[in-house]
Amino acid sequence: MEKRKGMGHFLFWCVAPAVILFTIFMIIPTLNVFRMSLFERGAYSTTETFVGLQNFKVLFSDPKFITSMQNTILLIVVVTVVTFAFALVFASILTREKIKGQNFFRIIFYIPNILSIVVIAGIFSAIYKPENGMLNSILSMLSGKTVMILWKDQPLVVLSVIIAMVWQAIGYYMVMYMASMAAVPMSLYESSGLDGAGRLTQFFQITIPLIWTNIRTTLTFFIISTINMAFLFVKSMTAKGMLDVGLSFMYNQKDAGLYGYSMAAGVVIFLFSFLLSAMVNWTTKREPLEF
Amino acid sequence: MKKIIALLLAAVMVLGLAACGEKAPEAAETKAPAANTEAPAATEAPASDVTIQVAAVSTAFTDAYPEMWKDIADAFTAETGIKVELVEDKNLEDVIGPSMQGGEYPDVVYLPYGRPGALTEQFVKEKLVADLTDVLDMTVPGEDKKVSEKLAGGFVDTSLTNPYADGKTYLAPMFYDPCGLFYNAGLFEEKGWEVPTTWDEMWELAETAKAEGIALFTYPTTGYFDAFLYALLNTAGGPEFFEKVTHYEDGIWDTEEAKTVIDIIEKLASYTNPVTPAQANDQDFKMNQQLVLDNKALFMPNGTWIAGEMADSPRAEGFKWGMTALPAVKEGGDRYSFCWFQQSWIPAGAENIEAAKQFIAFLYSDKAVEIFLKGGAVQPVLGAAESIEDPEKKAFLSIYDNGAKAAMGGFATYKSVAGLGSVREVYLDPVNGLVSGNVTVDQWVDGIKEASAQMHANLQ
Repeated sequence: MEKRKGMGHFLFWCVAPAVILFTIFMIIPTLNVFRMSLFERGAYSTTETFVGLQNFKVLFSDPKFITSMQNTILLIVVVTVVTFAFALVFASILTREKIKGQNFFRIIFYIPNILSIVVIAGIFSAIYKPENGMLNSILSMLSGKTVMILWKDQPLVVLSVIIAMVWQAIGYYMVMYMASMAAVPMSLYESSGLDGAGRLTQFFQITIPLIWTNIRTTLTFFIISTINMAFLFVKSMTAKGMLDVGLSFMYNQKDAGLYGYSMAAGVVIFLFSFLLSAMVNWTTKREPLEF
Repeated sequence: MKKIIALLLAAVMVLGLAACGEKAPEAAETKAPAANTEAPAATEAPASDVTIQVAAVSTAFTDAYPEMWKDIADAFTAETGIKVELVEDKNLEDVIGPSMQGGEYPDVVYLPYGRPGALTEQFVKEKLVADLTDVLDMTVPGEDKKVSEKLAGGFVDTSLTNPYADGKTYLAPMFYDPCGLFYNAGLFEEKGWEVPTTWDEMWELAETAKAEGIALFTYPTTGYFDAFLYALLNTAGGPEFFEKVTHYEDGIWDTEEAKTVIDIIEKLASYTNPVTPAQANDQDFKMNQQLVLDNKALFMPNGTWIAGEMADSPRAEGFKWGMTALPAVKEGGDRYSFCWFQQSWIPAGAENIEAAKQFIAFLYSDKAVEIFLKGGAVQPVLGAAESIEDPEKKAFLSIYDNGAKAAMGGFATYKSVAGLGSVREVYLDPVNGLVSGNVTVDQWVDGIKEASAQMHANLQ
């Protein structure tokens, strides 16, 4: 009995530092965001006025905020779908097929992930450059006449950001799926092969169901991180005001001296991301399969 | 016993971690508390015991002469005995911002309007800047002249220094720079073109250049339109019209002068090199500047720092920087070049306001002017521009001697209201859309009219 109590104390003190730090640096600031969204104040004001839900009322009728959230949702949906499709297919090819230089490809795909967003923005500004940029040069060569597509201007700017985001994210998720695909026993593929299952059938009937838990977890990660990534990409790649997303809207309001209003936007984005993750988690729930 | 040891260990861990966590912002602040502990002495003790903290943003000027602020601080200490602690950074708002949110302020801040974080604007909007009116009557440390006697005319009459229209000065004018249209003077010589003096000539030139495959106009980002717009407002309707627009007067955008401004910008947008908006972001704006160096666009609005900024870029043969004021609306009309200048200010919550005021007064001393000039920064002090040696810079600064009038000022400060965009969002950013054609002039002007009315209602 005495020993168990000692153990309990030990565990308590082991966990305490993390809990305290987490409370100080995560929970309290988050609660503060909620509190400040009910006030009207600037970032440096010494006074604040309580305005209740007024900030939220204005927020939901602010066309700029609506557009920003629409852009955020568009980016989340398209980038997630495309990234996951590519990552799964590439992972499956690299694990299941005998390809020369497998590791080489694995590294090549993974590299974008270790680059900082600013570097990626630099790379893509060379790719998207209207005059003698890489993309327009290739298109000119193929079509035989000078192509001058303005990738970073309206209306293509969304597409350009999506391409950059997908390029950046594929490698990381591919490596994750490769790890779990490698754990699927070869015997399953062999026996299904004997039953006449083709590559596609194997992919959809064996590979996907068996790594489903992994897909679910990464999906939640991905959606949350895309909200942040979309902001970083938009901020570093596009002209001010051309393509605003939720978080860039939030920052703009802060810079305009509307701290309370920007915190209200923060609260909405916070709840939105939680809700979205919960929904994704709930809709992707399946009976876990084991091999 | 064991329990006590475990407890102690855990406590040490918590403290250690907490200390680490809290130390990070402090380190960034560069010893702010040190200045504070001495603060109470400020009121009773002689000024020489005081240490003031000066926060200065690093710019192209400090790139050119990194010791600039250190020299200023040393010269100031030598003159007054007041010690100076410097905080310098390219992203100054990230360094001093968090501690200011926590209520710790530097004594002097050199940070102009128009920076990405809009920190100065926010301090002005919140009325958190100290009144500097009496600095103008202070004697410059080490000299026998008053600050107001040294200051060049007009600099403390604008809404940039006197934001609340109460006749009081809250921000001290710093380094000035004429803005105008920059072009390749070599190309104009080669082709035998004249630099246009009226907008009509400008449009003629546009057609001539178009025939040669050169666009008339480009701009780095829409942010560069502010100085351009200010000068254009002045050429279209003189300083009174400019005052009215920047104070959001009712119906001002329905006047004849406003129509002229709108028409010119609309036409200019149609003559703008079409790649411009695709590159008008913080990542690629130099590519737009490169268009002028490559003879792909004739003019761009910019400031005199452009020569230094693009010094290492490849350029067309025979390239030579030229700068002109904005063309007149009518033959013989006034031409304007916007005089852009920066600001220093004292946060109202600073501990050593009196010493800080002395520091600001010192910034206009002959000694300080000389030190600033080493980095190419010109103080708005009478005669300061005469001792510039760089011929290019000298030529740029002589724009006002060649007939152009100086436009000064900016949009008046209004109280931020949720849902109301910033001046840049409303007035300038849509220009990208005008050029690429997905915003119509009417949409742009309607947005301005609507916001202008709201801004008027919230004038401070």
